[in-house]
Amino acid sequence: MIRRFSADVAIVGGGLVGSSAALALRKAGLSVILMDKGFCGAQASGVNYGGVRRQGRSVAQLPLSQRAHQIWPRLKELIGIDGEYQRSGHLKLARKPEDFARLEQYAETVKPFGLNLELFTGAMAKTRFPWLSGNVAGASFCPDDGQANPRLVSPAFAKAARDAGAIVLEQTAVHAAVRTSDGFALQAGTDCEITCHFLINSAGAWANKIATDFDEPAPLSRIYPSMVVTEPLALRLPVSLGEEGGGFYCRQVQRGNYIMGGGRGYALIDPDFSRPSTAAALAVMKRATTLFPHLAGAHVIRFWSGTEGQLPDNNPVIGRSGTTPGLFHAFGFCGAGFQVAPAVGAILCDLVTSGETATPIAAFSIERFHNMPPQHNKKKGTHNEMVE
Amino acid sequence: MNDTLPPVIVGAGPAGICAAKTLVAAGLRPIVIDEGFRAGGQIYRRPFVDDGRSATDLYGSEAAKATRLHREFDGLLPSIDYMPQALVWNIAGNELHLMADGKHHQIGFQNLILSTGATDRILPFPGWTLPGVYTLGAAQTALKVQGCTIGRNVVFLGSGPLLYLVAWQYVKAGGNVAAVLDTAPFSAKLNLLSAFRFDPRLVLIGMSYAARLVSRGVKIRYNVRPTRVDGSQYVEGLSFKSGTKVHSIACDAIAYGFALRPETQLADLSGCTFRFDDRDRTWLPVTDEAGRTSSQGVYLAGDGSGIAGADAAEISGELAALALIQDSGTTVDPGRMSALVKARRRKAGLRDILEKAFPFPDNWFDQIPGYTKLCRCEEVTVSTVIDTINGGELRELNRLKALSRSGMGRCQGRMCSAAMAEVLSATQHLKLADIGRLRAQAPVKPLPLLLQEGGS
Repeated sequence: MIRRFSADVAIVGGGLVGSSAALALRKAGLSVILMDKGFCGAQASGVNYGGVRRQGRSVAQLPLSQRAHQIWPRLKELIGIDGEYQRSGHLKLARKPEDFARLEQYAETVKPFGLNLELFTGAMAKTRFPWLSGNVAGASFCPDDGQANPRLVSPAFAKAARDAGAIVLEQTAVHAAVRTSDGFALQAGTDCEITCHFLINSAGAWANKIATDFDEPAPLSRIYPSMVVTEPLALRLPVSLGEEGGGFYCRQVQRGNYIMGGGRGYALIDPDFSRPSTAAALAVMKRATTLFPHLAGAHVIRFWSGTEGQLPDNNPVIGRSGTTPGLFHAFGFCGAGFQVAPAVGAILCDLVTSGETATPIAAFSIERFHNMPPQHNKKKGTHNEMVE
Repeated sequence: MNDTLPPVIVGAGPAGICAAKTLVAAGLRPIVIDEGFRAGGQIYRRPFVDDGRSATDLYGSEAAKATRLHREFDGLLPSIDYMPQALVWNIAGNELHLMADGKHHQIGFQNLILSTGATDRILPFPGWTLPGVYTLGAAQTALKVQGCTIGRNVVFLGSGPLLYLVAWQYVKAGGNVAAVLDTAPFSAKLNLLSAFRFDPRLVLIGMSYAARLVSRGVKIRYNVRPTRVDGSQYVEGLSFKSGTKVHSIACDAIAYGFALRPETQLADLSGCTFRFDDRDRTWLPVTDEAGRTSSQGVYLAGDGSGIAGADAAEISGELAALALIQDSGTTVDPGRMSALVKARRRKAGLRDILEKAFPFPDNWFDQIPGYTKLCRCEEVTVSTVIDTINGGELRELNRLKALSRSGMGRCQGRMCSAAMAEVLSATQHLKLADIGRLRAQAPVKPLPLLLQEGGS
């Protein structure tokens, strides 16, 4: 028995981008069908570090990031839970003087965007943040950046979309998508046929299939974060923290666990599954004991990884297709998609409903890869706070 | 690949010891990694120091076996590389990651025998996290290793052969057993009669525990459901339902469990394919009758490949070693292998009957109040788990873990995943086989943050 669905918009990929787009489109009155090959928010959107951070982003991403910054405090109203979001501040540490020089340069560059960065020399940083130890050459603090629980936030967006009337099909992979005279026809799962006017490709690390189907493959590769979590401990680390130029980031959740990451995991034989690497985990554990001597007696209880799309210039693809009217892409967030994702959903809604958006996204056009020779995706990302 | 890597055995209970013995007999020099501090495993665990208790004091009817296995293992020591007190916490490809002496070590392997054993299967009820409530296995360990009881006046509760064995061991050691409360009806025990043809000795010994307990004046009650542990700071008693009546019994400690659950995380990390096993109500690694898994060079033996008991573990340990030897190109005695396979089948037949005699309690959660903690590490209650299932229309166990936090703490679901699975399957009217299984993640047990590089 074939199940047939028809909707104004079909969304492929129920991560935070796809789910927030589904919710925004429903609120704009469009009918929506949201599909995920697994469970909504179970991949990179749900297993990332949970940093909600503007600091450190490229200038091109800051308008987008600022738009998202307005959305995060409204989670309760939007999705029914606050998702443990808090504006705890984000502290970027410099291990060496040259790292601190880069932080100073960055603060100067982004001044027009109003992040209100505060710079500290090493000694000042330890006075202002007395729980800090180890070699710290300086630090940059963004007081209104913060953190949230991706495990809760991402599935909650999908649930809110469903509650708002979107059809959500989980464990339903899209096998084929073709352009028709008035939109698209999709085949999904074992028995679903879908027709729609607009198609959104937000399939994360798996997004290149649809991009390729419509003749615009992107040089998308995969990265795997390597995460470590401790047992719950007394609350002591009030900020989310990352290191400039080095692979360490850490926050303490409300329950008391320290979540820390750095370095990369690796893919299993089935590349849809990944594991954290022991070498990366041990390096992170060692750095944590240097920065926070109070963790000397603590235990780690779990490592994990995830699968995230990476693009060569460390910027995502967001916007209309260069080949196919009615198709929109949003993928390849290079380990830094969590904070911006709710704004990306809103932008996709703008594009579908009005054909344009007030947020500058020209830098993210998929067309920047149109004339790129294949095999050009060798350059590794230099961004170190993977899947934040 | 290096052809000279020695075979590695993880675990030194009856399965690991017999595997080591077989490999040594074939001229190999295995590395034996043991979480315990002396070989013997859980069933034949030895005291930290000699305290004058004899093998019969410690192991009762199994004293001869325990003594033989200990002696055999000690005799192997010059021919093996034994690493006691070492925790294998991860398998990445063909590498074991372990902690020994507080340091991190990595050991490459081509051939690996996992004999990781089992732990008690437990279910929550009000008060189960109070100090003074132990698993049956822990109650037994306290007695065997440390020479002490878990309390002055102990209630034994649950289902499974260990219930009567440990109660009797306590009585024999001079402890006071307040009662043995069996969650199964007495009629279930009649199934034991049909186990005679498999192992009359074991059946007689098993039935004698109950008889001896009664002769010492210990009350045994059948078809019981605990309603709560009495006491606010520590165990002061146990209330339970028998028929329609609620009774209370005073005690200062409770030992409980519902048979065993296999420790399969390392098999999972090594990439083994799993299948759902109706009898053990859990997912088990797929093996052939000799213990070969779907992962090349990885073999399973003992209760870690499905609960079958200590005698079966000896058989499967030898079988796994013979399979390993055979797969490495050396001829093994085919008569010996087929005799072992037959013996293993007989033990499996016995196990089927034991499962009927000591059945898992049906519909456990029908009578468990919502405020009961299901996940003790993360303090998640039964009602939170049920609300999470209903709120998200959840049908999959990893999803339930992610959204409820249950199974996310120190034990990584080793203690609560059986309960999570039962609640999910009951709430959604799904078969246990159809709700998935928690994926193992390293480390399989907590590691110190200060873990330092040791070597390989």
